[in-house]
Amino acid sequence: MNAISTAITNVEAVRATLHDAMAADDRVLIIGEDVGARGNVFLITKGFLEEFGAQRVIDAPLAEASIVGVAVGMAMQGLRPIAEIQFADFIYPAFSQIVGEAAKTRYRSNGDYTCPLVIRTPYGGGVRGALSHSVSIEALFYHVPGLTILAPSTPRDIKGLLTTAIESDDPVLFLEHKKTYRSVRGEVPAGHFTIPIGKADIKKPGTQLTVVSYGYNVHQALDAAQQLEDENISVEVIDLRSIRPMDKTAILTSVRKTRKLLIIHEDNKFGGIGAEISAMVSEEALFDLDAPIRRLCGPDVPAMGYALPLEEAFMISTERMQHAMRDLARF
Amino acid sequence: MPQLGETVTEGTVAQWLKRPGDAIEKYEAFVEVSTDKVNAEVPSPVAGIMRELIVKEGETVPTGAPIAVIDEAGSLAEPLPVPVAEPAAPAPAPAFAVADLVPVAVSGNGHASHNGTRVSPAVRRLAREHAIDLAVVRGTGANGRVTASDVIAAAGAPRTAAAPVHAAPMHAAPEPAPAPAVPNAPATLPELIPLTPARRLIAQRMVESKHTAPHAWTMVEVDVTNLWKWRTAAKDAFERETGTKLTLLPFFMHAVAESLRAYPLMNASFREDGIAVHRQIHLGIATAAGGNLVVPVVRDADRLSIRGLALAAGAIIDRARAGKLGVDDLTGGTFTVNNNGANGSVLSAPISCRSRRRAG
Repeated sequence: MNAISTAITNVEAVRATLHDAMAADDRVLIIGEDVGARGNVFLITKGFLEEFGAQRVIDAPLAEASIVGVAVGMAMQGLRPIAEIQFADFIYPAFSQIVGEAAKTRYRSNGDYTCPLVIRTPYGGGVRGALSHSVSIEALFYHVPGLTILAPSTPRDIKGLLTTAIESDDPVLFLEHKKTYRSVRGEVPAGHFTIPIGKADIKKPGTQLTVVSYGYNVHQALDAAQQLEDENISVEVIDLRSIRPMDKTAILTSVRKTRKLLIIHEDNKFGGIGAEISAMVSEEALFDLDAPIRRLCGPDVPAMGYALPLEEAFMISTERMQHAMRDLARF
Repeated sequence: MPQLGETVTEGTVAQWLKRPGDAIEKYEAFVEVSTDKVNAEVPSPVAGIMRELIVKEGETVPTGAPIAVIDEAGSLAEPLPVPVAEPAAPAPAPAFAVADLVPVAVSGNGHASHNGTRVSPAVRRLAREHAIDLAVVRGTGANGRVTASDVIAAAGAPRTAAAPVHAAPMHAAPEPAPAPAVPNAPATLPELIPLTPARRLIAQRMVESKHTAPHAWTMVEVDVTNLWKWRTAAKDAFERETGTKLTLLPFFMHAVAESLRAYPLMNASFREDGIAVHRQIHLGIATAAGGNLVVPVVRDADRLSIRGLALAAGAIIDRARAGKLGVDDLTGGTFTVNNNGANGSVLSAPISCRSRRRAG
């Protein structure tokens, strides 16, 4: 494990952060499918079983409700479990444990118990993953008070936020866009550092319109915005990083400056994160808006198809983002 | 005027290919337009008769501005009620699509009016804050839309105007100043309430008074329990008999008048040539009327009984509130009384006007 700062990929950042956390605190453990002997399907935990032992790297059966349920119990008893859901598409059986138990533990016990649980899972499409390996799940959970939902998309943000999540006393759903695992690379500071939950990051400042996004879409939005600079269109790109709690202040400050808002998310449009952001901005900054709020989102279809044309129709291309930004700037 | 290129915001009519009265087939070219990027013949979206050419050859207008009126075949001799390139209701995207090649005019207005285009909340707010008439702002947004930047630019244009209101020295202006021209205005500005002449004058007088007259105050506690009881017992009969309310004011006026008789120096004005000790006692009563402060005067207050003071004060306050005070009512005061306790205060330090002494 290289402790000096170098450019690493997103998946390497996850691995490094988990390793550092396991090494620093005996209470931290990992439970999930194929995390032990197999070392995780993306090799994130390769070697962990040998290094930390079977008590702390636990291979679970195909039973997501149990993975999370057991982890909730561990967390309430003082351990710091990191439960892995192998693909976000498998998370549905664990819904009751996440929403009904983990999210409510502190409130229900009046603070007598907390639930310092991290549930991490790869999500998102664009890898020919089809129906069972492409879904976005944030909209299902961000509605729930008591849960923290994080979706960083750069190595630095992953390390800082995953560290904070592991050290948090409350449950965190940590979403990793699988298409960024090996395609996004960046510098990461060596040593321990944290990034506060609930803070967005302006990945590119601009003046004519605000783009709010997260996950893989952030990188596409940055590409599109960079190309539009050549057309003298200045786009500000905000990476949410934290979906719940959401950085209202950053969004409103930006919208008040640019007066135009484009929300981009791969997830289905209806009831997605964009809906909440739109409502919030309309409520609090209506008289700063010079154009209707625009959402560029995934179609409202049940899944991302396996056929390449279907996948490409679902995923938002960089070109479509450019068009949307240009249209809005010109409005 | 269609948008012939992605970054194009205006176009020039190079040549009319059809004149009023000419028949036009659908998709037939009827005008040649030139822009920075391209010269193009523009096809007609409808079949019909050319009715009116709004823009002259060689004239340049913004994209989206009306350029011609075509009577569609089959319609009566009325202009096409085509709105200026409105996109479909939910989508805010401006019209790059083919559908709105030529937004033909409706009204006779040749200039790029904002008829039919929508005004965003930011534009509406900025226009109000800067007192901008949107009809005369040139829109650089899609299809000639007036954007927030356009309004801000218009606000920054030079104006003939008085100085910004908030920095104005206290001149008595004949009428309220127009909204200040503030270039590069921030997105949030305070709401501006124009000054009435009366308000401006009051402010001016107050500032002058504070600057020229030394202000001092002192407080004396008086037990008026018995007075209160007496008034309470007498007020209903008084009101029945005279039609006027009996407040504590006439009692205090009486006390003041008696005191001024006993201490004439308090009924005086400081002048350059000496201290003018007034021979009569004319009491001004500070009164709020119509959002302004006025000080009507009860003359020879020392010659009036409590009853007389109550009636005189009541009458003059009524006239003040009805806005019916005459010049005589407002001049000649030698001392002013003020009852802020009616508003619930325990103690207040008023500003004297025209260096008259005051009672609190």
